[in-house]
Amino acid sequence: MSNVFKKIIPRSQMIKICLVPVFMFGFGFAMVPLYDVLCDITGLNGKTGRVEASMIDESDVDRSRTIEVRFLANTTAGLPWSFEPLVTKMDVHPGQLYEAIYRVRSTTDRETKGQAIPSVSPGIAAQHFNKTVCFCFNDQNLAGFETRDMPLKFIISNGISDKVEQITLSYTFFSLDKG
Amino acid sequence: MTNATTTTDHDDHDDHGPAYGLSRWITTTNHKDIGTLYLWFSFIMLLTGGSFAMVIRAELFQPGLQFVEPHFFNQMTTMHGLIMVFGAIMPAFVGLANWMLPLMIGAPDMALPRMNNWSFWILPFAFSMLLSSLFMEGGGPAFGWTFYAPLSTTYAPASTDFFIFGVHLMGISSVMGAINVIATILNMRAPGMTLMKMPLFVWTWLITAYLLIAVMPVLAGAVTMMLTDRHFGTSFFDAAGGGDPVMFQHIFWFFGHPEVYIMILPAFGIISAIVPTFARKPLFGYSSMVYATGSIAILSFMVWAHHMFTTGMPVAGELYFMYATILISIPTGVKVFNWVTTMWRGSMTFETPMLWALGFIVMFTIGGLSGLMLGVAPVDTQYHDTYFVVAHFHYVLVTGALYSIIAAYYYWVPKWTGNMYNETLGKIHFWWSTIAVNVLFFPQHFLGLAGMPRRIPDYALQFAEFNMISSIGGFCFGLAQVFFLFIIVKTIKGGKKATDIVWEGATGLEFEELPSPAPYHSFNTAPEVK
Repeated sequence: MSNVFKKIIPRSQMIKICLVPVFMFGFGFAMVPLYDVLCDITGLNGKTGRVEASMIDESDVDRSRTIEVRFLANTTAGLPWSFEPLVTKMDVHPGQLYEAIYRVRSTTDRETKGQAIPSVSPGIAAQHFNKTVCFCFNDQNLAGFETRDMPLKFIISNGISDKVEQITLSYTFFSLDKG
Repeated sequence: MTNATTTTDHDDHDDHGPAYGLSRWITTTNHKDIGTLYLWFSFIMLLTGGSFAMVIRAELFQPGLQFVEPHFFNQMTTMHGLIMVFGAIMPAFVGLANWMLPLMIGAPDMALPRMNNWSFWILPFAFSMLLSSLFMEGGGPAFGWTFYAPLSTTYAPASTDFFIFGVHLMGISSVMGAINVIATILNMRAPGMTLMKMPLFVWTWLITAYLLIAVMPVLAGAVTMMLTDRHFGTSFFDAAGGGDPVMFQHIFWFFGHPEVYIMILPAFGIISAIVPTFARKPLFGYSSMVYATGSIAILSFMVWAHHMFTTGMPVAGELYFMYATILISIPTGVKVFNWVTTMWRGSMTFETPMLWALGFIVMFTIGGLSGLMLGVAPVDTQYHDTYFVVAHFHYVLVTGALYSIIAAYYYWVPKWTGNMYNETLGKIHFWWSTIAVNVLFFPQHFLGLAGMPRRIPDYALQFAEFNMISSIGGFCFGLAQVFFLFIIVKTIKGGKKATDIVWEGATGLEFEELPSPAPYHSFNTAPEVK
């Protein structure tokens, strides 16, 4: 009886059907980079932009508008650091470059390593919040009880929606130490 | 037929009956045997998942903690969901597909019988692994059936790896089952049975099978990422490594939303078979039913984020997913309209399968309407993760999917066993279940609107009365399914002999061309379909 079946199931059709699950398994993983790309393009999820300092034209400053930028700092469990911004808020004009300083201090005697992940709220402001210098681009190594001031240079682009009056920039330090 | 009996070809096994003993069931490649195995397996899982639900309802009978620890309660809600979705509903539909598809399209068996055997026998191992995790140190999965990261990665018990491999196995089983269904329907239809002459159960299963091969691998990918996050240093869902836990929800619901249609499309097919039989009229709007099923399947890939309205999506995203979600109510409305119109001015009788089918139409629609409410983004913020959601999805899955499976059982069991079930007992089963299920789930709407969150072992005092009512309904509904077991066994053992056509108004190859019970090998020569 089984011989009958072999004849009537076309091999090429079976291969096509079997390729669907294989392809979709790959697609599940492809969603990871797709998700990042989508967030980058749309500025969803608080992903900030990055620009080169040389590209900034200081004559473009829009002095008629003032936006309040608030700075937040967090550390996650397992990272014995204290982490805070030196100023908690700043009034800025779109188009101008500003600098803010965050201070981090290790509260333990051993060497520790962490990385900061930024997030900007509201989401529609995120793609217009550009950084030229940020400590979040690199891993940070702190010796025991070391204190470090970390600069951040940012510029809010002119294209930002007029509905935005306040932007919150939040950094969270995650531990990169094993275990 | 005379040709077949006179040849003495080596491959001519046509007249073999089933083998004897246990090896019949382990080595079988017969679609009827495998269908039976699937149906029994899913019934055992229904009772298992149901007993977990009894633990949940017992704990929620009164406010305060009476019977179980909160951590065990969480394991019960998680396991109840996983077992019911992957162990009870899905295998029951695959079982029905195995039994009925070859009979409905006039094929001698499924296209890939050996793979069929394999795809069933994976399941007991998958679920043994999953259930064994309850007895491990740290307990079983306790993060909800949706297993959101980081609960299922960073904070999960050690037994989560058993859960992950269990999901892998049941995914492989589902994909193999679906490939088999597609190959069978595309290649093995009797001469003359064009696609647009296929019964709707065949159509809905064909579309469901495509959904299965498209999304089960995505689920497999999600649990694989969980596995590598847990053990191999990746950070797919861990913000500390640049990953994102919200992405887990996107991947999960990209699988999860088509999954809910996997659990309801075959149900639509069953109802579309039963209603015309007992209304004694052909199905109204056959082709619109086919197209509605197709559009539901396509839309199901585009609405997943309506499960995530509260994750902080931008307004544009909420609007898109809201409109796309509400759009699904149109093809679904077409279906309900067609069933009602099929009954319109029909010569209706109300045998047990028809009662369950009518119960399905009424109560599935209730679940559909609460689904519309949940689909509206601004109000979903209020309803999200409350008992209103629990009431909604139990109306569509219990009085929807499960009711259709029970309806299918009563409708086709005379064809399977050759015996009629006891009509009085069947009707008692229906009314008992229907009263109990509404006592069980209807008050949960009120609890949810009043703000009771889901997945909690204890609650504020103002929710006490409705929870007690709901629990009483739950115990009664559970007991009704034990009564169902009694009916099943009684019908196998004996009963009034069924006629070949079984129902006065029945149509379709399985009733018109085959005796009751259907012989072990059927349609060795294909019937002619006009």
